[in-house]
Amino acid sequence: MGLVLELALGHLGQRKRQTLVSVAGVALGVGFFIAMMALMGGFQKYFVTQVIDSWPHIIIKDEFRDPERQPVDLRYPRGAVRLEGLKPRDELKGIRNSREILAALEDGPYASAPTLRTQVFFRYGSRDIAATLVGIDPKKEVRVTQLAQDMVEGSLDALYSNANGVIIGAGLAKKLGIGLGEMLSVTSPVGAVLKMKVVGIFNTGVTALDNFESYSLIKKAQVLANRANVINQVRIRIPDVTLARQVAQELEGRFGYKAESWEESYSNVLGLFKVQNGVMYSAVGAILVVAAFGIFNIISTVINEKRRDIAILKSIGLSEADIRAVFMIQGLILGLIGTVAGWLLGYGLTEMLAGIRFNMEGFVRTNGFILDRGLQPYGVAAAFALLSAIFAAWLPARKAARLNPVDIIRGAA
Amino acid sequence: MQPRPLVETRKLSRILNDGPQPVPLVQDIDLRIEAGEFVAITGPSGSGKSSLLYLLGLLDTPTAGELWIDGQDTARLERAALARLRLGKLGFVFQFHFLLPEFTLLQNVMIPMQKLGRLEEDAMRARAGQLLTELGLESGHDKRPDQLSGGQRQRVAIARALANDPLILLADEPTGNLDSRNGQIVFDIFSSLAARGQTVITVTHDAGLAARTGRQIHLVDGRLEG
Repeated sequence: MGLVLELALGHLGQRKRQTLVSVAGVALGVGFFIAMMALMGGFQKYFVTQVIDSWPHIIIKDEFRDPERQPVDLRYPRGAVRLEGLKPRDELKGIRNSREILAALEDGPYASAPTLRTQVFFRYGSRDIAATLVGIDPKKEVRVTQLAQDMVEGSLDALYSNANGVIIGAGLAKKLGIGLGEMLSVTSPVGAVLKMKVVGIFNTGVTALDNFESYSLIKKAQVLANRANVINQVRIRIPDVTLARQVAQELEGRFGYKAESWEESYSNVLGLFKVQNGVMYSAVGAILVVAAFGIFNIISTVINEKRRDIAILKSIGLSEADIRAVFMIQGLILGLIGTVAGWLLGYGLTEMLAGIRFNMEGFVRTNGFILDRGLQPYGVAAAFALLSAIFAAWLPARKAARLNPVDIIRGAA
Repeated sequence: MQPRPLVETRKLSRILNDGPQPVPLVQDIDLRIEAGEFVAITGPSGSGKSSLLYLLGLLDTPTAGELWIDGQDTARLERAALARLRLGKLGFVFQFHFLLPEFTLLQNVMIPMQKLGRLEEDAMRARAGQLLTELGLESGHDKRPDQLSGGQRQRVAIARALANDPLILLADEPTGNLDSRNGQIVFDIFSSLAARGQTVITVTHDAGLAARTGRQIHLVDGRLEG
């Protein structure tokens, strides 16, 4: 339909400045959406990959999802009986039937590794730092995390050759001011003290791990915790990480102990991401709504100015659909040009962000923005922009199509 | 059976019903116009001349009565079909020229042809140029309407009305905005078109011009007189 396009372009050509402003509005929305998506998507994806790689997908813990119920509660479920001064039984913590659980997991499709996790104090020189010591079996540990690949100094196997060896995170080493081969003293909550030698330093990129975690042989952790032959966590890695939630549920049902997927362990951060995305979508949505108002405005103005043209076109024999199309096309053109300009702007902003260098230590350590340069945001932004342009054009276009030529012709005479 | 006339109306009425009281614009018009006739619709202002023309031109819809154009009962047609009928069989000239300001003269004349889509681009261009030349605009076809005088603009508007070779040329006070000299020129064009067999229906309040047509339809208070 060449005529309709010619008419549409003729109208826009007469209002170049307003056209430019409308296009700029759309371009800003699209451009910022792309840049923000690259920024936040990049960070979020990076964080998730780091977590997935350096954290077990599922951890079976020595706790239960529901607190233990007291006998009174069980006897009189909804009774008006109340006992005060209750003292729950002091049970030894740990996974009781760990041997059977581990054996069962060995036969299953998932990789597993037993650990004993305990809080300790590292003392080196005048520094005292609280951290978590994870007793591991290095041979099994490599099946569930990428600890071996994350080693920056020393090695995981050195734990075998140094009975009192300990591997600490890079952040922890920095805080202690300790290097490879140095001795430090480790104090446990039950009062045991061990002199241990740093045989490895790892760096995962996830601050929570690098600053607060350390690893030793499981036997040493058991000595420190004074709990011989006890483990309190089973770490599991599954082939398809997206199924972690379901598998965790299944394992929990099977073994009774609380099985936590990585999503649950990091639910606070993942929840934050959701809020972040919500904020971003609202901000970009607001920009695009403003852009849509711009389009609505220019098309309404054109229609008001072109009432006589619309009247003569209708009397010549253009249908209502033709008239509607003339103005819808204008909206679409504004949306399209705005989208393409926005793509360029978004690309430029992304590259600009990529050029910025700084050191940051938050959830992850980085020396610049981590950007996701995927094409998906380009498509999403284009869809948003075109839809809002079409909607903004639709309302005035419909009105234009319904104009009664007789009223206008009478008025013009 | 006798062939139907080009335009035939029976008890054609248009009554405005949006006010507190119904206002009749035209009432009970019985009219037959044969192909090739040159008809003037006359009457005092407010007598419903233009309203009748808009009804005959399918721009307005009657509230009662029948209107047959080229053997078609227009009451049965949807708005889109009416638009197609206007495009192919009717041509309009109004008091105001209604040329599109951002298009050249040639493009303005081509618009009806482009919508009809019966001719190739080159043929449309040639026909538009020829129409303009015939109407005394030999050159400057690439000018824009605002570079023309009022009389010239009205001639471009006539060329546009003739673009699709309409069965009926409808004109609403085509000389109303022109000085007497230009008015003469425009009316001469209508006369020569009529002489060549073009059916022309024009509204005018100028008795002198009306006298030069083949037939006069006089309206008083929305009704035919005589």
